Amino acid sequence: MMDFDQPAGDSRIDLSRILGQPATRIDGPLKVSGAARYAYEQHDVLEGQKVGYPVLATIARGRITAMRTTAAAAMPGVIGIVTAPEVGKMPKPFAFNVAPLFGGDEVVHYHQAIAVVVADSFEEARAAAARVEVDYAGETGGFDLHGLWPERREDARDPVARVGDFEAAFAAAPVRLDHDYSTPAHSHAMMEPHATLAHWQDGRLTVWTSNQMVEWARTGLASTFGLSEDQVRVISPYVGGGFGTKLVLRADAILAAQAARRLGCPVKVALPRPAVMNNTSHRAATLQRIRIGAEADGRITAIAHTALSNTLPGGRGENAVDQSRWFYAGAHRLFVHHLGEMHLPESNAMRAPGEAPGLMALEIAMDEMAEKLRMDPVAFRIRNDTQVSPEDPDKPFSDRHFSECLTRGAEAFGWSDRPLRPGSRRDGDWMLGWGVAGAYRGGPAMTSGARLRLQPSGRLLVETSMTDIGTGSYTILAQTAAEVLGLPLEAVEVRLGDSDLPASAGSGGQWGAASATAGVYAAGLALRTEIARRLGVNDADTLVFEAGTVRGSDGARSLADLAAEGEIVAEDAIRFGDFRKRQIVATFGAHFVELGVHALTGEIRLRRMLAVCDAGRILNPVTARSQVIGGMVMGVGAALMEEAAIDTGRGFFPAHDLAGYEVPVHADIPVQEVIFLDTADASATPLKAKGVGELGLCGVAAAIANALYNATGVRVRDYPLTLEHYLDELPA
Amino acid sequence: MAIPHPVPFGPLARRAAFATPDAGRGAAPAEDPYRSSVTLTVNGTPHRLTLDNRTTLLDALREHLHLTGSKKGCDHGQCGACTCTVNGTRINTCLSLAVMHDGDRIETIEGLGSAQALSPMQQAFVARDGFQCGYCTPGQIQSACAVLEEIRANIPSHVTADLTAPVQITEAEIRERMSGNLCRCGAYANILAAIRDVAEAQA
Amino acid sequence: MKPFSYHRASDAAQAVARAAELPGARFIAGGTNLLDLMKLGIEAPAHLIDVNGLGLDQITETPAGGLRIGTLVSNTALSADDRVRRDYPLLTRAIAAGASGQLRNKATTGGNLLQRTRCPYFYDTAMPCNKRLPGSGCAASTPGAVTRPLGVIGTSQACLATHPSDMAVALRALDAEVGTLSADGARREIPLESFHRLPGAMPEHDTVLRPGELITHVTLPAPVGGRQLYHKVRDRASYAFALVSVALILQPDGTGRVALGGVAPKPWRRPEADAALPRGAGAVMERLLEGARPLSGNAFKIPLATRTLAALLKEAA
Repeated sequence: MMDFDQPAGDSRIDLSRILGQPATRIDGPLKVSGAARYAYEQHDVLEGQKVGYPVLATIARGRITAMRTTAAAAMPGVIGIVTAPEVGKMPKPFAFNVAPLFGGDEVVHYHQAIAVVVADSFEEARAAAARVEVDYAGETGGFDLHGLWPERREDARDPVARVGDFEAAFAAAPVRLDHDYSTPAHSHAMMEPHATLAHWQDGRLTVWTSNQMVEWARTGLASTFGLSEDQVRVISPYVGGGFGTKLVLRADAILAAQAARRLGCPVKVALPRPAVMNNTSHRAATLQRIRIGAEADGRITAIAHTALSNTLPGGRGENAVDQSRWFYAGAHRLFVHHLGEMHLPESNAMRAPGEAPGLMALEIAMDEMAEKLRMDPVAFRIRNDTQVSPEDPDKPFSDRHFSECLTRGAEAFGWSDRPLRPGSRRDGDWMLGWGVAGAYRGGPAMTSGARLRLQPSGRLLVETSMTDIGTGSYTILAQTAAEVLGLPLEAVEVRLGDSDLPASAGSGGQWGAASATAGVYAAGLALRTEIARRLGVNDADTLVFEAGTVRGSDGARSLADLAAEGEIVAEDAIRFGDFRKRQIVATFGAHFVELGVHALTGEIRLRRMLAVCDAGRILNPVTARSQVIGGMVMGVGAALMEEAAIDTGRGFFPAHDLAGYEVPVHADIPVQEVIFLDTADASATPLKAKGVGELGLCGVAAAIANALYNATGVRVRDYPLTLEHYLDELPA
Repeated sequence: MAIPHPVPFGPLARRAAFATPDAGRGAAPAEDPYRSSVTLTVNGTPHRLTLDNRTTLLDALREHLHLTGSKKGCDHGQCGACTCTVNGTRINTCLSLAVMHDGDRIETIEGLGSAQALSPMQQAFVARDGFQCGYCTPGQIQSACAVLEEIRANIPSHVTADLTAPVQITEAEIRERMSGNLCRCGAYANILAAIRDVAEAQA
Repeated sequence: MKPFSYHRASDAAQAVARAAELPGARFIAGGTNLLDLMKLGIEAPAHLIDVNGLGLDQITETPAGGLRIGTLVSNTALSADDRVRRDYPLLTRAIAAGASGQLRNKATTGGNLLQRTRCPYFYDTAMPCNKRLPGSGCAASTPGAVTRPLGVIGTSQACLATHPSDMAVALRALDAEVGTLSADGARREIPLESFHRLPGAMPEHDTVLRPGELITHVTLPAPVGGRQLYHKVRDRASYAFALVSVALILQPDGTGRVALGGVAPKPWRRPEADAALPRGAGAVMERLLEGARPLSGNAFKIPLATRTLAALLKEAA
């Protein structure tokens, strides 16, 4: 185990001959030719695969009193039906799961899985599932967050953080803001619905599934089915998007595994798209209140952020206030997060959990405050930038260049030419507006391991349980290994997504790229040590690995020659030390947007977008840029259209498909530009890298809301910014 | 019932040996009103299949021919991941029954180019990083090729200003026509760049 | 999806005869809406009669100077037809505003008219819905329901849903007629105005078609000229159903026609409202939407319709 217990010094990595270069994806040819096989497409791995189709609860809360399956079981092709009451209550798979996935007669949310029908074919399973009849004893409940808000809004008990005397400082501030904001529930809406193929053999369970966190999935399956972890194998080589909803096991995996065990055959289950929104997880809706007090010169003296979000009992909701603790300076501070417990489907992590909706509100508030202060919103943010924790002056940021993001962005975007007065610039019937917002997201890292095999052919094989959910893991891990061993990128192959491989950090929380490359780096150094040992050299650092050769004081040998004598294998992992916690490791950004609002119809069309990111060393500017523009697209969705509308009478999302829950399409997205600051955070990882996958989303929607205000003079504080919010205030 | 299959195709041949859903029920395809025989010419190869009438063209490709490059993202015509070309026209294969395609020519992503021999559009998607998770990608590529053809065939779109003049290949036209293919990873700008590259190379 | 038998018909007479013999039969052409609904169990035909082989895929000129559009003409082919683009640009614009390229390639003229509503409660079979299951109630009208996508006029206590078609809105403004054939050989020419029904107490019937009656064609009268514009407002820039759509035909003398989509259970037009065109969008909408009963979540559709018409009038001027 390599301990990362002090900031990284100068190293060969800083040369960035391969790492940091714009390589196209090594998994690209497989993906563009349809040859990459996702979880539901594993025809070749097992014979006799049967198809499971879920039966879903149609109440938000209550108990199953009867389930009639006889008619369904008699349908053509049906092999068996496994019901939740017959299986009985099962343990919750993993700490991060909130809702039960299957088992027992209790229903805690709409579309909870309550049975799985297994048949020879998909068509037969689906038809039979529709014939299962269920009786419920339903319970009523409240599902309206707004009903809880008036009281919680004022409630400052149990703060997340309190520094100084917010109330007094706010009262004394010459310039004050106090507004409420709201964000709706969001759906991950990844393109590949959750899917699993499960197979039992000799008491061991193997699943091919679509999951971001192979290790968590293995732990979850082991605890659910009473197995030891080495009796479970999780394979997830390609994941068709996750955005958080595939961080933990979902019902597809439990249904497939349960049915496969009971029926004695491999079973595959894909969640039907109309089931995904209510059955799995969503980003909670939030109601937020922000108060900011400042001196006339723009220095913030008091800041408070209160939020309320929905969760099932036992869940964590959407902590929309946390980033506000670290983003801007100000002596007197108060942050409160309330949970609104209700039996809506499970709210849980979605890309940039907390920051995404928190910044949707905070960065509008900052815009409003700048206007009150008659300041440029860029300058106002720079005025309140900080290099130390606003809660503790002795705790520095490891590497923070937020102001530079703003100034670089302002320059590149031509910000000085912006419309100064709202509603002052037109292009025919289009009212033009420009907006800016800041971005903040933590830079976490987790233990991650890898094994490197230098093969007799001279090729290097990288093995780790890490997943590639579109993030570019295959490519950046290959680049890392190539960089450390001095091999061309073409000489490296990467195997991912298999719990039989060394345990990795997995993909989530924007920790994946930074952690997993550090793990491969550790394994790479271990392989160098092993090669040195074979060469009889004590100190691997005296060797130079370059162009496929290793060179020492007594000449050079090609790595292929060395391995010809037998595969050379090394395995190691990185562990991140406590020194990291004595500072704040985070990522920063600034988003700039120009849009048009049709003066009559109120339609919004984006014209251009720019993101400037400070995320440490960029491991691959091609894949990193894609992560950022993808986040920007999701931010456009959050700004303009995405809303998992809640039926507050029945407690579910009625519009639960991709026609009812709209995400951006090609036609919504304008020219996008991304600038990465040339930074390297020595406290982040040995490669000085941090994630960008979530940073790209943070702040985008607020930049659009601010541009809408700049275009029209109408301040909308409720998302999405659909036209009913401002239509009446546009010119007639 | 073993699926009669004229072509030696690895995975399918194996499946034919074990996938006998009707075995034991004695329902010969010809007598079963709920099954039909159909010949699909997929990527130039004819396949004779006897299918449950309910089988979509998408599931015939994915589950029966094991051509899993065409993706099931929604199964309801809301995402475009299943897009394939049928008799030269792109459609959502999830919203079409396989039995309605007897004699049709179907081109899937596998027919466009293999990982070892990518077509120009596939190469452009790699070069421009026009995808991330890869799940919508085959459908995007099928649409991308078709969109350029549709513009050349002078089919108007929602953003075509002058309906009586020849339609031009513009960014607005490409964006509008690609809008039936969702990409939640948000690779749209890169997909546009890839299509533009191919259009310019073809010009 | 329930099992169904599958039959191919080779001409229209055979198709309707087959439908008459097979209780519970449905015609299928493009299938882009019917299969969607069958997968969800909303439609459950016992038999499907494939009408794609009927040869009704031609657009021909009528003696009256109009066009006769075969029921199987795809949305793409109809929108791209040179005569339609030149003489009925409203129709091209409306079709191109709907669905996606892939769907328009498959969807047919007749099928488009028979699209069912996109009300989310109609789409979730666990919910009461009088349109899907007569007498079960209307989930959309209970407290807390999501009402934003629903109708503001022409709705009833039994049903609040809208008709989703864009093409039909243009056809309504163009005074098209729907030609049908029944098993007894009877042919009808149904004005589009009366083709779609208002829900009243029987929302399960979207149209006046009788069981087994087949749409064979749609007839457009001779071109009316004028500026023809269609504007669809939606939450995203493409591939979404309308919040509100407005079809406008404006003649040089300021007279014209207006029809709306997204607001009612059928393409919404009141010829008497057209008379107000010279007085502007507000005057038209006052008559066109008189008697509207907006819901909490969709009252914005009324000012939006007015504003959208105003934008079109400005563009057409």
